[in-house]
Order: sequence, then structure tokens, then C-alpha cells
Amino acid sequence: MFKRDPEDCPLSQEVTPPPPSVTETERDELRRQGILLTSLQELYTWGNSHSVWPLNFGLACCAIEMIAASMAKFDIARFGSEVFRPSPRQADLLIVSGTVTKKMAPQVIRLWNQMPEPKYCIAMGACAISGGPFKQGYNVLKGIDRFIPVDIYIPGCPPRPEALLHGLVQLQKKIQGFKLTGPDAPRHLRDDQPCNCPVPEFGEHDLEPPANPAVWTAPPAIVRKD
Amino acid sequence: MESPEQIRDRLLARFPGAEISVVTNPGLAAQHSLLLGAAHARAIAEFLRDDPTLRLDQCSNVTGIDWPEKEIVETTNISTPDPANPAAPPTAVEQKTKRLQPGFLEVVYHLYSITHRHGPVIFRLRTGNRTDQATVPSLTPVWRSCEFQEREVFDLFGVTFVGHPDLRRILMWDEFKDHPMRRDYVEPDDYEWEPTPHGAVLEKTKAHYPTPPAPASVAPVKAAAP
Repeated sequence: MFKRDPEDCPLSQEVTPPPPSVTETERDELRRQGILLTSLQELYTWGNSHSVWPLNFGLACCAIEMIAASMAKFDIARFGSEVFRPSPRQADLLIVSGTVTKKMAPQVIRLWNQMPEPKYCIAMGACAISGGPFKQGYNVLKGIDRFIPVDIYIPGCPPRPEALLHGLVQLQKKIQGFKLTGPDAPRHLRDDQPCNCPVPEFGEHDLEPPANPAVWTAPPAIVRKD
Repeated sequence: MESPEQIRDRLLARFPGAEISVVTNPGLAAQHSLLLGAAHARAIAEFLRDDPTLRLDQCSNVTGIDWPEKEIVETTNISTPDPANPAAPPTAVEQKTKRLQPGFLEVVYHLYSITHRHGPVIFRLRTGNRTDQATVPSLTPVWRSCEFQEREVFDLFGVTFVGHPDLRRILMWDEFKDHPMRRDYVEPDDYEWEPTPHGAVLEKTKAHYPTPPAPASVAPVKAAAP
């Protein structure tokens, strides 16, 4: 992981960046004339967002849709994510595609911890989001966001490959909005946020702890009007 | 194929002293089964597999049933004639007796014959009780296909199979202490609010939310910039 020495190079949170001397419209005008004006941030996020390599990792039926998205008909390669890496050390994106049982959860979190920053997580399908139809059971995790930070949620049971592609495009938009400095900088460019998540232990009745309070708080109750 | 009664009679002739009875199924399926005593179960299983007319060479299914302790109320009408006036109608007294039927666990095996293409023959084994005598003889040495299914019954019901080559938990983790398919299993108490609860989930909702929460104010979704 990229580590910054806080004394050598202080966090730029206190430094307000100067206002841009060239506005968006002026830059677009220059581009039309064949002059490319860019910033390091734009270049960085552009490169980052168009080579998101997913981890070759499937959990349940959503994985079948993920595989279909990588095949010729849907062709995830159009968005720069064709290289499904078999090792978490080489992957940028963890697609949690399917039901996470409590027995599997520590392994999923271990995979997440083994991925180098910058890394992103997509919760694909109802089970990965909340436990889905198995939510009230004893053996299924009620959403992977209890233990690892999730960037994009794709609802569906399972989501169509188009939905996964849409989720990937949304993730790319999110990456392109990242700031390299300042308080809005993503996790991997900051010192105050951990990159790894604690792996829960197998307890006698449940996982211990049942959720990671650093990344998860109980959602507010939504009451239907009817 | 022989009926369960015929099989029982043949088994009783072959194994004198064995406890064998037929459990009838009153339902439409009318799949009657044999109840075997634990002492002769292994020998009977080998007989069923090797008998030339039965040849039940495939055990397709092993499953468990939990019969918890249950109170049975029996009503008997006792009519006593009046000794002074024999012509008067006798006084009828309704007598209720309560008895406690001890709980036990049951393991059910479904057998088929690939050689003769017939089946199923169903038999059951019962444990002494649900706590310290929850053992039945393993039939994995007779039918190899029982191995994983007996492990599953051991995991989820807590039946110990004596003579099983590798009796470990198969679905839940090794540190787990409960048996989730038992009727008295208490699952971890981590209920999350659901908008439309019903059935058992509604009971959990009432326990966790005695007064329904106020509708959360949902912020309007901002339209994405074109």
C-alpha cells in the first residue's frame, strides 16, 4: 500500500486548493482545437477507472450472471474489466456475487484484505446486499456491508448482466469523481482510514463480532405507508 | 417389490429377536416404513443390500426428524352404575390422564435398487433420547453414499453415528455448538427491521419493536448530471 509519512508530507486537508485558472468550458474548447489540457487528478482517475480488474470469485447464482457478463454477448471488456484475476493480489474489484454464508464470510473478508489499494467492492444481488430471501435464517450473513465497505449495490435476484455493467459504469463514475487531496480523498490516499477489515471469528452460536461497527450501522427502519 | 409387511416378516424370520415394526403413513403417498431397533440395524442393512430379491444397493437419502418431548392428554369415560338404583342411568365420569411422551431423534433412510430398478424401501432408526443417548449405528460401512448425509444429520440434528469413519460437522463451522434443525434451536438474536413482516418474523418484530418506528424521512434522490 502507498504510505505517506505524515511529517515529511503533511496531509493536504488543511490546504485549500487554488481555484482552477482554466474553466471546464475553456478546456473543452481547447480540446476541440486539438490541445489536451489535463490535471494529474484527471489522468489518475481516468486510468484508474478504465482498468478495474475484478477478482475471479463467485459465490452463488449471481456468479453465473457475472460470468455471462464477461462472455461475448455482454462483454465486460468494453469497459476495461475483461481481466478477471485469479489472485486477490492482482485484483482491484471484489464482486460479491451471491449468498455469503456465515461460514464463508471470514474467507471473503480475508480476500478483501489481501487485495492491494485502490480496491473497490460491488455487492451484487439481494443476498450480498442484505441476505435476501435467507435474511431471517441462522446461517446467512445479513449483507456483506456488515464487514467490508461496499461502493456499489446492485439489486436483483440475480441481477441481469446489464445491471452488472451498469453498476460497473456507476463505479467508474464514482472513481472519476475522486479527489487526490483534501478531505474527500479516497481511503487509499489517506492515513486516517484503515484499508483492512478485521476478520470475524467463528463463535459458538454466531460470528464474533456479528458486524464491524467501523463500516456498518443498523439501517433506519423504513415503514411502508399502506 | 415386496411390501414393507412382507419385508418385515422375512427379516423377522432371518433375525429372530430383532425389533422390527411397520410405521404406516396415513397420507396420500402411503409410503410405509420399517422401524428398526439399533441392535440389529447394521446386520439388517447388510441383508437388505445383499438379498438377491431386494438388492437395495443404493441409499439415496438420509435425513433426520426431531420429535421433542410432548405432553399427551388421554380422555377416558368411566361409567359407574348406581348401586342403590340399578335402573337409573350410570353416572359418566370423564377422566383425563396426562402423560409425557419422551422426545427422541429419528434418522430415515431411503433405499433403491439399481439392479432390479425398484424402490424405495424406507426404514427409520430412533435414538434413546435427545440428549445423552442420541446415538444410532452408522450405515456408512454398508452404503458409502451415507457418509456426507449422516454427517449432515450429525451437524444439524446432533445424532451421533457410531462407527462413522469421519464424523465431523459438514455445513456449520467446527466451533459451532448448536443443532439448527432441532425444534428447540434458538437462533442468534440479530433481527433487522423489515417493512412487511409476517409469520415468525412478525413475532420477532413485535419483540424488537414494541412500538412501530416512525417512517424515516427519505431524502429525494438527486438527478444525475447529464
